[in-house]
Amino acid sequence: MAGFVLRRSLQALLVLWVMSFVIYGLIGLMPGDPLDVMIASNPGATPEVVAHLRAIYGLDQPMPVRYWHWLLDALHGDFGFSRTHSEPVLTVLAPALAQTCKLMLISFGLSVVLAFGLGVAAARKPGGWVDGFVSLFAFAGISVPVFWLALILIIVFAVQLHWLPASGMGTVGDNGFIDQLRHLTLPVLTLTLASTGQFTRYVRAAMIETMRMDFIRTARAKGLGEGRLVLRHALRNALIPVVTIMALSFGTLFSGALVTETMFAQWGMGKMIYDAILANDYNLALVGLLFATLVTLLSNLAADLAYGWLDPRISLK
Amino acid sequence: MSVATPLLQVTDLTVGFRIDGQVRKPVQGISYSLDAGRTLGVVGESGCGKSLTALALLGLIPAPGQVTGSVRFAGAELIGQPEAAWRDLRGNRVAMVFQEPMTALNPVMPIGTQIAEVMVLHQSLAWPEARDAAIGLLEAVGISSPRQRAASYPHQLSGGMRQRAMIAMALACRPALLVADEPTTALDVTIQAQIIELMQELQSEIGMAIQFISHNLAVVSELADEIVVMYAGRIVERAPAATLFDRPAHPYTKGLIATLPDPDRRQARLPVIQGGVPRIDAFAVGCRFAERCPLADAHCRSVEPTLDPLEPEHWAACFKAGQ
Repeated sequence: MAGFVLRRSLQALLVLWVMSFVIYGLIGLMPGDPLDVMIASNPGATPEVVAHLRAIYGLDQPMPVRYWHWLLDALHGDFGFSRTHSEPVLTVLAPALAQTCKLMLISFGLSVVLAFGLGVAAARKPGGWVDGFVSLFAFAGISVPVFWLALILIIVFAVQLHWLPASGMGTVGDNGFIDQLRHLTLPVLTLTLASTGQFTRYVRAAMIETMRMDFIRTARAKGLGEGRLVLRHALRNALIPVVTIMALSFGTLFSGALVTETMFAQWGMGKMIYDAILANDYNLALVGLLFATLVTLLSNLAADLAYGWLDPRISLK
Repeated sequence: MSVATPLLQVTDLTVGFRIDGQVRKPVQGISYSLDAGRTLGVVGESGCGKSLTALALLGLIPAPGQVTGSVRFAGAELIGQPEAAWRDLRGNRVAMVFQEPMTALNPVMPIGTQIAEVMVLHQSLAWPEARDAAIGLLEAVGISSPRQRAASYPHQLSGGMRQRAMIAMALACRPALLVADEPTTALDVTIQAQIIELMQELQSEIGMAIQFISHNLAVVSELADEIVVMYAGRIVERAPAATLFDRPAHPYTKGLIATLPDPDRRQARLPVIQGGVPRIDAFAVGCRFAERCPLADAHCRSVEPTLDPLEPEHWAACFKAGQ
């Protein structure tokens, strides 16, 4: 078990290293470089000045050499400067990461709880009215585009009812907990509704399949009530496929909330990476993407560990 | 050994499913009784309604199925009783052992816990006591180092051990009736013999009645006092085991006995009963076995025979009984 975690961690480091090279290369493939962006905003820059700046930034070097320098610095904990923010990358990243963590952890937690509640309830009687209602909700959640959902929520709760702020992360001058919570509510609601549908479908399918198994009949033949039958016998077995899917989608959620973050003006990882790429702020984009990779790798590892813990037939070696 | 009221009295038990707007009856008009401490063998081909009959005794017929008729257990009517009463009965006074112990045991729960669960439920034991009792039960069913085994998961045990664990689970509350649905079918022959022997030992110790279901007449003959032969949802013959082998009356029973290998008779090929059990939507108007019966005539094909007594304790549903 410890050996498994160690080996998988080393693998993760290897993947991170390869990904850093790939992302670095991909950013290098984008047309233009940061200086082109600078020149565009400063027509007075002479070619000599530009060439001098290129040399200072090391942009006259071939890509592998530049990557090597970046890697050496990164290994020393120096991830460079964000060109657009004029601050060290990690200083820019920290608040975005914090905001994403808030958004993602809350909405992920909520959708997991909701999905289990709804999925298990639906699977009790497939084809019944509860199932019909839950399936409708799940399909709506899967089919409705996130931007549309966000707009509707804004129109209803912010514009019409004035219950909640339409966007932003806090009212200027008020940094209280309640205020932050009010600003988080609509984006969290959007993200929760968007992922609950899919999760619910998986929980429902896994539960229906499990409830048909022979050992469920055995448990009934023992005289167990429905509660213990569902919670102790069926759910544990149904969790095995579901946990994998949930852990995998956690990684995606982490880097993929661009639309929601944009709609609600949340300064999170998705928005930060997107802006950095557009502005050719490659140091920031690179670290942002690597962080998203890291979260994906970690959630994969968590999925494997959960899998081994839930299913005694699987031994992690 | 006939007591005034038998432990189990099944009368006109019918299981119906509505399929495409028509009610199909995979079990129809089954009647038999079983005295305390005795063993009833139920024999028949796959699909003749043996397992459904067993599930009906525990009120476990899946949702759209309808059960009619009467099942009286220890004097009380079971059919139509509320679910809570069924739950009190199941695993407690009536227990069941299933065919495939690999799939019938929960793969992610240690077997000790699965056994202990029954006693926590029915005997109000606390978990630690129930776990200790489970270890005792594992020992009683002949599992070596039961303490370690109690913590094992089903996939860590052999087929024979899994079935022993299954039996331990069924017998945890010392039931008055054990329904065993093909308990040895998934096991190899030497293990089969061990399991049958184990069940007999435990029967004489606990004094429970056993309803032993099998497609294998040879296995049933080893432990049954009385045998019921089922065909296409009906009982076609019922007799004490010795009588059945001595004087089988129904052509189907004769066919089953003829297909058993006999070491005294050297045969190039074992006889077979031609054809197969009819599909549920193709049950004939007359005798359901007529299609495959060497003796069948026009009367057999138009009128369904009833289960009539031939001699004391021997019934057969055949116009040609004894011919």
